[in-house]
Amino acid sequence: MVELFVYGIVLGSIISLGAIGLTLIYGILRFANFAHGDLMTAGAYVALFMVTGPFSWLGIPDHTFGALSFGWRMLLALPVSMVAVGGLGLLFDRIVFRKLRLKGSGVVILAMASLGASFIIRMLVLILWGADYRFYRPGLLRPALELPLGVKIRPDQILILLMVSFLVSVLHLFLQKTKMGKAMRATADNMDLARISGIDTERVIIWTWMIGGALAAAGGILYGIDVQLHAGMGWNFLLPLFAAAILGTIGNMYGALVGGLVIGVAQQVSTAFLLPTYKPAVAFMIMILILIIRPQGIFGGSHS
Amino acid sequence: MILNIEDITAGYSEVDILHQVNLQVRVGEIVSIIGPNGAGKSTLLKTIFGLLQPRQGKVILNDEDITGLRPEKIVRKGISYVPQVDNVFPSMTIQENLEMGAFIRTDDYRHRLDQIYDLFPILRERRKHKVGQLSGGQRQMVAMGRALMLDPQVLLLDEPSAGLAPLLVSHIFEQIREINVTGVAIVIVEQNAQEALKMAHHGYVLAMGRKVLDDTGDALLENEEVGRLYLGG
Amino acid sequence: MELSGILAYLVSLAVMAGIYAVFCLGLNIQWGYTGLFNIGIAGFFCVGAYTTALITTPKPTGLYAQYVQQVIGLDLPFIVGILGAALVCGVIAFLIGIPTLKLREDYLAIATIGIAETIRLIFNNEHALANGPRGLMGLPQPLQGLVDPRHYNYIYLTIVVIIMVVIYLLSERAIRSPWGRVLRAIREDEISAAMSGKDIFKFKMQSLVFGSMIMGIGGALYAHYTKAISPDVFTPLYGTFIIWVMLMAGGSGNNKGAILGAYSIWGIWIGTKFLTNLLPVTLKARAPYIRFLLIGILLEIILIYRPKGLLGEEKKVSKFLD
Repeated sequence: MVELFVYGIVLGSIISLGAIGLTLIYGILRFANFAHGDLMTAGAYVALFMVTGPFSWLGIPDHTFGALSFGWRMLLALPVSMVAVGGLGLLFDRIVFRKLRLKGSGVVILAMASLGASFIIRMLVLILWGADYRFYRPGLLRPALELPLGVKIRPDQILILLMVSFLVSVLHLFLQKTKMGKAMRATADNMDLARISGIDTERVIIWTWMIGGALAAAGGILYGIDVQLHAGMGWNFLLPLFAAAILGTIGNMYGALVGGLVIGVAQQVSTAFLLPTYKPAVAFMIMILILIIRPQGIFGGSHS
Repeated sequence: MILNIEDITAGYSEVDILHQVNLQVRVGEIVSIIGPNGAGKSTLLKTIFGLLQPRQGKVILNDEDITGLRPEKIVRKGISYVPQVDNVFPSMTIQENLEMGAFIRTDDYRHRLDQIYDLFPILRERRKHKVGQLSGGQRQMVAMGRALMLDPQVLLLDEPSAGLAPLLVSHIFEQIREINVTGVAIVIVEQNAQEALKMAHHGYVLAMGRKVLDDTGDALLENEEVGRLYLGG
Repeated sequence: MELSGILAYLVSLAVMAGIYAVFCLGLNIQWGYTGLFNIGIAGFFCVGAYTTALITTPKPTGLYAQYVQQVIGLDLPFIVGILGAALVCGVIAFLIGIPTLKLREDYLAIATIGIAETIRLIFNNEHALANGPRGLMGLPQPLQGLVDPRHYNYIYLTIVVIIMVVIYLLSERAIRSPWGRVLRAIREDEISAAMSGKDIFKFKMQSLVFGSMIMGIGGALYAHYTKAISPDVFTPLYGTFIIWVMLMAGGSGNNKGAILGAYSIWGIWIGTKFLTNLLPVTLKARAPYIRFLLIGILLEIILIYRPKGLLGEEKKVSKFLD
């Protein structure tokens, strides 16, 4: 059970990365991005491309760092992929979502457009890489470390926790201390008032997509490092992402962090009683429960 | 004269709310706009601030035609606007709300921040509190403070006393007078016609989207018709 | 290619398009008329197909039972299967509606995705229910013995078209009734509709249930056409997404649009198959993905440039209004 809990935290931290991005986009654009899971997929595969393609051609060394399952190539691929997927999200916004926003399209049309985007991204991945499962480093043995209290955890997974903590801390500082970060919080609170105050809300929207996409990419890569890559990996995350964001109160970044951990642990612990393939269903059940019992989430006030 | 509204006709979608409205604001004046609900008072403020495009007419600020400019541009020209509702950033602190007010300033605005805190001392005390937790009166102060951070020449206030307890209403009007003393011209739309006219240098009565009366604040207070129709409550 | 071959091919296309048209008619009631954002169509597709399968096939006995597990096998006729599918889907829609219909539109959407996924997972994992991932085969076809098996599809096409037309007529009647007017009022402005004293929840529930029952019938028609079903048929792609594209293309809020959209998009879908046949061999394996990519791009284009679809919404809905 302890192992399940520990792995639940690892998985949950990956879910948090996606949920934070999802909730940021929702908070600022009031838009449920059904393509967010597939942005995670895109991130994982862009990293795969970089590691097996350009970085290989550039002659960047391939050895792994000690007990970890990756090396310099992945270390460099991570930021590259984050920027690329941030750009991908922004591209979809420019080409599709923004046009619909300016037309005054309703919530549903926008959500449908993001559903379409999710399929487009997934099909592109399938066209370029096929439907087989992929690994960043096939055939590598990855033994677990034994820690006190009977906790077993792989070195990769420790790094995942560190990386997520790092990214979340950076985001926190950005939102609290920088001018653009505060502008993002203001826009999420009240976009009209932000405009009235002279804040360039278009720039805020650009930053939002870049950050949301980047975090999703990181989540996808970390999952790929820990488990595997396949074209449907992001879609399988969609329910947990939404569950986490809603649980933590939609629009609340810190809530999404907590929500992600809760969902991750719940999903892992559920494997003690249910088949692992039911994990998305577990996330879904929790989401339905929250929507019935406390739709405003853990951190929501009594207002809707 | 710093703000001149000429023959404005404006409305939402097909229907015109305002019909050929004229209004002038002189430097340092308080201009109060009163009238029944639905007269178009708020619509007039929105049109001045560029939230609404007029079908006809002009908005002229210091001899510059600013008709139809977007709010982001107008706020940079020296007009600030305080909406009636949703006029603060609730999840941010008082200090952060004021900082957002100063967002487009490129200079060191701490001096201005101090001035605003001098005007609203209780805000200084509670500046690290989230605005969503404040009372209505304090929120209104934050709303006005945010708008003042840019040192505007003209401040547009949409029903600042709406929803406030009677005790706070006179307090708010006191503060509006104090703001005006510092040299800011104020255009105030109000349901509370009595108080609005008492402090006004000039008053306008709007009904059915048209200007029906236009006189000094004192003259309007003494006007029988105005008294009967609008000052009863 | 000889004429009878081409004709047979066209008939099979028309059958599939007709089945999808039934789904579109069901979705049109939920989305087109009531504004319910149901992305869980695949779930009702799945339940409808499996219900009729379990009703119309016999329970495996003897040696056969070692290979195929079914929780029930009633071996009843096709018509019972169809009605059973509609009924079960209606019940499930009712149960789903209770917690979800009060939600905001985009929350309702994610809830419906979850439901469809959960349904598919259950059918995939619970082998005792309906044979898990291997699925069920050997579904009977109505009026089987009447003609030469080579010409059977003509009969099935007739059945599908009859059912489609009946549903179309019933739906048209319903929309023009006072009930239908309330649905449209809910879609236009839920708050005003609520203020006029209508029990919004009840109307939404009725819309959800009737729409889902129609989808159940569609699922059943599919099952008897292909004679074999398995959980991987009912994916978000084939079971939900393509139906949405069809309705948006044809014109949501318009039953004729629903049918037109189904036939048009299915035609385009089949058309892309011929296009991808021209691809070099290396890309051929990826052909289905390329085709779906095109459909996805088509949806985005429709949403941006012609969200009303080909036919747009019906302007005149009641003969009492002008």
